[in-house]
Amino acid sequence: MSKTVAIITENFGQYDPGSIHSYLSIGGFSAVKKALTMSSAEIIEMTKKAAVKGRGGAAYDTGRKWAQAASVPGEDKVVICNADEGEPCTFKDRSILSKDPFRLIEGMIIAGYTVGAKNGYIYLREEYRHLRPLIRNAIDESLSNGFLGDNILNTGFSFQIHLYSGAGAYVCGEGSTLIESIEGKSGRPRIKPPFIKECGLFQLPTLVNNVETLAIAAAFIQHGVEEYLSHGTSGSPGTKIISLAGNIKNPGAYEIPFGLTLREIIYDIGGGIPDGHELKLFQLGGASGKIGPASIVDTPYTYEDLAKEGLVVGSGGILVVDDRTRVIDFVKSIQDFFIHESCGKCTPCREGNRQIAKIIDRFVEGSQRPDDLQTAERFANIMSNCAFCGLGETAQSTLLSAIKHFPQEFGLTEVAENEKH
Amino acid sequence: MQRLEGVRQMNSTKTESFGILTRELAQEIDKTINHYRSNSTKLVGILLDIQDIIPKQYIPREVAAYVSEKMNIPLSKIYDVISFYAALSDVPRADYVIQLCDSVVCKVTGNTTLRDTISQLLGIKEQESTPDGKYWLEYTPCFGACDISPAMRINGKVFGHLTTQDSVKAVLDQYR
Ligand code: SF4
Ligand code: FES
Repeated sequence: MSKTVAIITENFGQYDPGSIHSYLSIGGFSAVKKALTMSSAEIIEMTKKAAVKGRGGAAYDTGRKWAQAASVPGEDKVVICNADEGEPCTFKDRSILSKDPFRLIEGMIIAGYTVGAKNGYIYLREEYRHLRPLIRNAIDESLSNGFLGDNILNTGFSFQIHLYSGAGAYVCGEGSTLIESIEGKSGRPRIKPPFIKECGLFQLPTLVNNVETLAIAAAFIQHGVEEYLSHGTSGSPGTKIISLAGNIKNPGAYEIPFGLTLREIIYDIGGGIPDGHELKLFQLGGASGKIGPASIVDTPYTYEDLAKEGLVVGSGGILVVDDRTRVIDFVKSIQDFFIHESCGKCTPCREGNRQIAKIIDRFVEGSQRPDDLQTAERFANIMSNCAFCGLGETAQSTLLSAIKHFPQEFGLTEVAENEKH
Repeated sequence: MQRLEGVRQMNSTKTESFGILTRELAQEIDKTINHYRSNSTKLVGILLDIQDIIPKQYIPREVAAYVSEKMNIPLSKIYDVISFYAALSDVPRADYVIQLCDSVVCKVTGNTTLRDTISQLLGIKEQESTPDGKYWLEYTPCFGACDISPAMRINGKVFGHLTTQDSVKAVLDQYR
């Protein structure tokens, strides 16, 4: 009956995440053992076959990313695990960090081995500081058991993992910004080129992967890609951990095969909307993702089907909103978030967000001017075209999709009616 | 240079004239910095750890200057970091820092009761502390507890499902 699966999450609840012995007793580190008998090219081949799109949100093909990282020349390279999931309605990496930290360590070792890195860095968001001791312990125990450090399992491969802490800045989820932060600076994105794959942390070639991406790699190395690929659709093979929350009976992080419809996710897995309310909209992929109306709830959750509706998988956040929330209040909440998180480096994002916020506030109060919506849309489009980094480029996704799907909540249908006469 | 001279003295025996940076605190800070091997790339983590051991959970100016001197990092760089990151504060907060999530999931699941109850019980608004210096209230973006929203953190510990006055009171009672 259950529509969830357990591949990436197969170890959840199966061992004590605070103990490497417990992990070893369920076959832990077999992925690393196997990977170290393979060549880098073989692992890359497997990763390409698994066709995993990066799970932090950008959805870049992991096999390609690893192949590029491996081919960059350099004796000293770096792998970074981005554990800074900061999108509202995104907590799926927390589930891996808290329930299966050792698999993440395995994923990092495998990534490091594949691309030829000596050092790995976990950038853990400040908001997850309570998980620090657990991660620290996983690193320390892996080291004392010979899975990290010099000459791992007598293969000649050496790899260290360092734990770094974020300090509450959403923009640090962006690769180059995260790197600035690890270097001990304030987090503002770097100009590209140079690209971080060639010149990233401490000027070294750098590979940045999301927590879930690394966990998947460990899973398919351990079991082979066939099992993983037996799930999903041809366009979106495999599984995904989603963060389901909002007006929903059973919020939580769930691993699902790609291809379930949003209806199945919301009603069968999530238990539906509480207190007899009606689904109004959902937002996919966090604050930078777009919103969709209830009318498209039968869309399958795949990269390709969502794209047809202008939606994204992104971080895997699925925020469910019922008829108690006004669309404009929802938009305002997202806008407040971006005002707070814009780093202020570039004008389109810094000023654009502020000006749009003023307009949204007028809509919230019902004191909007006739050309307000047009102006907001114009600013929003400028931002997505001209902002310096992904934050500014996507900050207006919610507003633009809200106008598209809920024009009546911005008073647009009335305007259209008036114009007819 | 004047200022740095002053800082050097703080590390000596003349700590009396400085309210916050006592010799004990200086030693604790030294320990933290040494623990991180005075590695400047660890600055963010070092400042977070130092903030944790300072009463009222902030980085006072003399502490910032002390770290600058100890780690040989310009004070301007220290302040660039302190002012950039939301988790670092340059103003005194309180014994208990209450962070209330005001991001979208907590909004749609209804965090008004939580907001109102906290403000009523403590008599403070956002970015304020109680007169006795016990509680500080701030609104923060999503801290990844959306599955138990509406949520708040007190000194980093997460509490969720705070939809009723009683549930909020029960949490506050743990921080008397
Ligand atoms: S788009 Fe926003 S977050 Fe990105 S650099 Fe510009 S101001 Fe900073
Ligand atoms: S939105 Fe409140 S914890 Fe995520």
